[in-house]
Amino acid sequence: MSAVIFFENLFQAVIAGLLIGSVYGLMCVGLGLIFGLMRVINFAQGEFLMLGMYGAFYLCTWFGLSSAVGPVIGAVFSGVLLYLLGMGLHKSLLTKATGIKVAGTEGEGHYPQLILTLGISLVLANGALILFGNTPLSIRTPYAGSAWELGPLLGDDMLLFFNKARTVALVVSVLVAVAVYQFVHRTRVGKSLRAAADNPAAATYMGIDVERSHRISFGIGAAITGLAGGLIASYYPFQPYIGLDFVVIMYAGVVLGGLGSMIGAFWGGLVIGLIQQVSTLFLPLQLQNAMIFLVFLLIILFRPQGLFGKNVERV
Amino acid sequence: MKLDQEPNLLRTIILVAIAYLAFAWLIDDKYYQLILTIVPIWAMMGIAWNVFSGYSGLVSFGHAAFFGIGAYTVALAMIGFNLSPWFGIPLGTLAGVIASVLVGYPTFKLRGVYFSLAMLAYPLTLLYIFEWLGYQEVTMQMVRENSWMYMQFSSQYTYIIVSTVLVATAVYVSGRIHASRFGLSLTAIKQNEAAAEGAGVDAAAWKLRAIMVSGAIAAAAGGYYAVVLIVVTPPSVFGMIASAQAMIMALFGGVATVWGPVIGAAVLIPLSEILHAELGNQVHGIHGVVFGLAIIAMILYAPEGLLPRVRDAWRRRSGAADQSAAEAARRTVQLPEVAAGAERPPIGDRIVLKVDDLSRAFGGLKAVSNVSFEVRQGEVLGIIGPNGAGKTTLFNLLNGFIRADQGSVQFGDNQLIGLKPNQVCRLGVGRTFQVVRPFPRMTVLQNVVVGAFAAEQQNDDRAVELARQALDRVGMLAHEKVLAGGLNSLELRLMELARVLAGQPQILLLDETLAGLGSEEIEVILAVIRRLADEGQTIVIIEHTMQAMVRIADRFLVLDHGSVLAAGKPAEVVRDPAVIEAYLGKKWMDHAKH
Repeated sequence: MSAVIFFENLFQAVIAGLLIGSVYGLMCVGLGLIFGLMRVINFAQGEFLMLGMYGAFYLCTWFGLSSAVGPVIGAVFSGVLLYLLGMGLHKSLLTKATGIKVAGTEGEGHYPQLILTLGISLVLANGALILFGNTPLSIRTPYAGSAWELGPLLGDDMLLFFNKARTVALVVSVLVAVAVYQFVHRTRVGKSLRAAADNPAAATYMGIDVERSHRISFGIGAAITGLAGGLIASYYPFQPYIGLDFVVIMYAGVVLGGLGSMIGAFWGGLVIGLIQQVSTLFLPLQLQNAMIFLVFLLIILFRPQGLFGKNVERV
Repeated sequence: MKLDQEPNLLRTIILVAIAYLAFAWLIDDKYYQLILTIVPIWAMMGIAWNVFSGYSGLVSFGHAAFFGIGAYTVALAMIGFNLSPWFGIPLGTLAGVIASVLVGYPTFKLRGVYFSLAMLAYPLTLLYIFEWLGYQEVTMQMVRENSWMYMQFSSQYTYIIVSTVLVATAVYVSGRIHASRFGLSLTAIKQNEAAAEGAGVDAAAWKLRAIMVSGAIAAAAGGYYAVVLIVVTPPSVFGMIASAQAMIMALFGGVATVWGPVIGAAVLIPLSEILHAELGNQVHGIHGVVFGLAIIAMILYAPEGLLPRVRDAWRRRSGAADQSAAEAARRTVQLPEVAAGAERPPIGDRIVLKVDDLSRAFGGLKAVSNVSFEVRQGEVLGIIGPNGAGKTTLFNLLNGFIRADQGSVQFGDNQLIGLKPNQVCRLGVGRTFQVVRPFPRMTVLQNVVVGAFAAEQQNDDRAVELARQALDRVGMLAHEKVLAGGLNSLELRLMELARVLAGQPQILLLDETLAGLGSEEIEVILAVIRRLADEGQTIVIIEHTMQAMVRIADRFLVLDHGSVLAAGKPAEVVRDPAVIEAYLGKKWMDHAKH
């Protein structure tokens, strides 16, 4: 009997891990894409996620999107807003410390980029605090509190639940991740983005506007993570400082998958979600995040090239 | 002469501290007094960050780890053992040092971005662990009698005095580091780690020392922070904002300067605190916005920080004339006069370097295979061979950049295989690089001084002297104050040569020193090498310009596809049919017949 309960808990944790991990995977794709296509370490990615949450929240509230698909629509439009914000930030600030200007310089300009994006992150997080206040919010939908059931399995003893909001989020995450991958690898624009990433100077001589490519990449990266934020907002309470919790999750996922690889980033995020949920079986709730950071440290110390293969696939 | 003059450091510190305390004396308002207590604490954090990250270039996002450990040590020792913060702060400082070793040791193998990200995780992990341990909010108990023995003062002014003394100590430590081989070695590592290692700088040891000092200062700051605020919570001491603030103070004021972090704290902390006091009730988060905007503005408009910016502007106004004079003087390479009648000492019998059966493969490619040769005292050995023959790999094996698969390299009584480049250098094997590796943002003299540290392990002044002598030997003494980044390729080659010579090597390994130079410049370098040989210096030189080599080498070693093809006197080797066939080709054979 206790064995059945253990396995039920384990399976339930694995399901929860897959559901939440897929959204982690999507946000990691956003961060991984920015690194892969621009070679920029973006520290403000957590704040893009946070803004995506607020964006989705206010879109849903103002337009009364409370049906089942409402939050998804909110998240998608929130992603569009983040795309514009990302483009704007890139044009006004990031161009000063990225792209052609820093190619081939000391550390490829990572040092100023880290600091610049840290500054952006501080302004966005605290600006959001000023704008939105620090009361935790979440998007209330009928789906958030209900679940599809699987079972009974193993005779009558086991019943597994799929939270509806999370399951919808999983489906959307996978679809968006696949779409982005197809866009970057199959379309003409996507190929020019990759060319601009591989060798900015050569791409310029081939007539590619590297600055514009990077702007688009940064916008897309922000949009994807913002969209993921919108999806999570339908079942996760948030406040303006939440970006920091997630930025470490994102970096953990991206490093796990191999810095610069988009597919790797998705799997990395998924694995982080699984670790987080399964660890709840063994660890007190407060240590859940500590566990993620610890796993992150272990990965970065022992396999900085990522778990999935030795050669980092460049987007 | 000191390595980088910070004139009258101690006097400046005392004057600034007195001025600060005098200013604080005039302030009556309780809140402003609290700000004046906290400014030095964040200045210390800035200094802590700067001593490590500012000089070494390894950006730490995690200095809150040390800050928090210091704060919790003081608070928990007071609560649990009734231990006064007078002892708690030194204890916390010790804990900070231990933590820095535990953090530094595994994390130093990471580079660049990975290092920064890993550092981010340490304080955040600690944050959650401390919450889980039940230390969400720790309040130190009040002591009624003899409360000063527990650092509980009746007047806020006393807190300001302690704070000022602490920061003054930190500035002094950082000033001493700045003006010594400690700071210069770290700066060299930051600008080109391989070159620094090659010049005898033990990068791993210096980084570890730097993070220990840094961890100590940060923990002391955290400990006193706990004393001042009485209440300690994980987010306030381990949170991202504490790490970020440390970094921001240093960046804003000026990275790798002694006073930069202090200036950063003196400007930013009052600014954000006063804004917070005025608007804080309506507008939470104004702190973060101010800090964020400050570092964005800094990176965009003055990436070096405030202090260097102001200093440069000042220098430009006052010393523009001196600079152009130096500019004019620096264009001439002036070789010193040779004493008449000086003759080259004969090549000795003593074997300086004995390479035996040395091999190294990269995958299937045998870059160096079964190479054996000897170098005698005072000899100039030329190693020649076509591109890809394994010449540079051979040097990398000799000086420890690459590990050999097999073989031995005997240098005097020492086996070089298995040693790190800095150890090899300090034993007396100096090398230059095929692509020059300067420390671009240091002056020519500083570049060469880094090399001199290898020979002079104790006395910095003596190292400067050795560096000057080395510069004189290559005719570059007039350039000593010029930044290396502004040199032309001949000057860079000569500077690199001087950097090696300053380490007083018994044997010089020169890796294609003539590459990329015009014929007149080649003549200058050849004259310098010639002269070194005349002084009895043992030299191994890699080259593929045959004409130049015939003029300076006593003996040739010809490499092809990683193995020795021929060895002997230049005249014999160039007539060896195997050499002609493999490397020189028919054209040279015709040439040689004439």
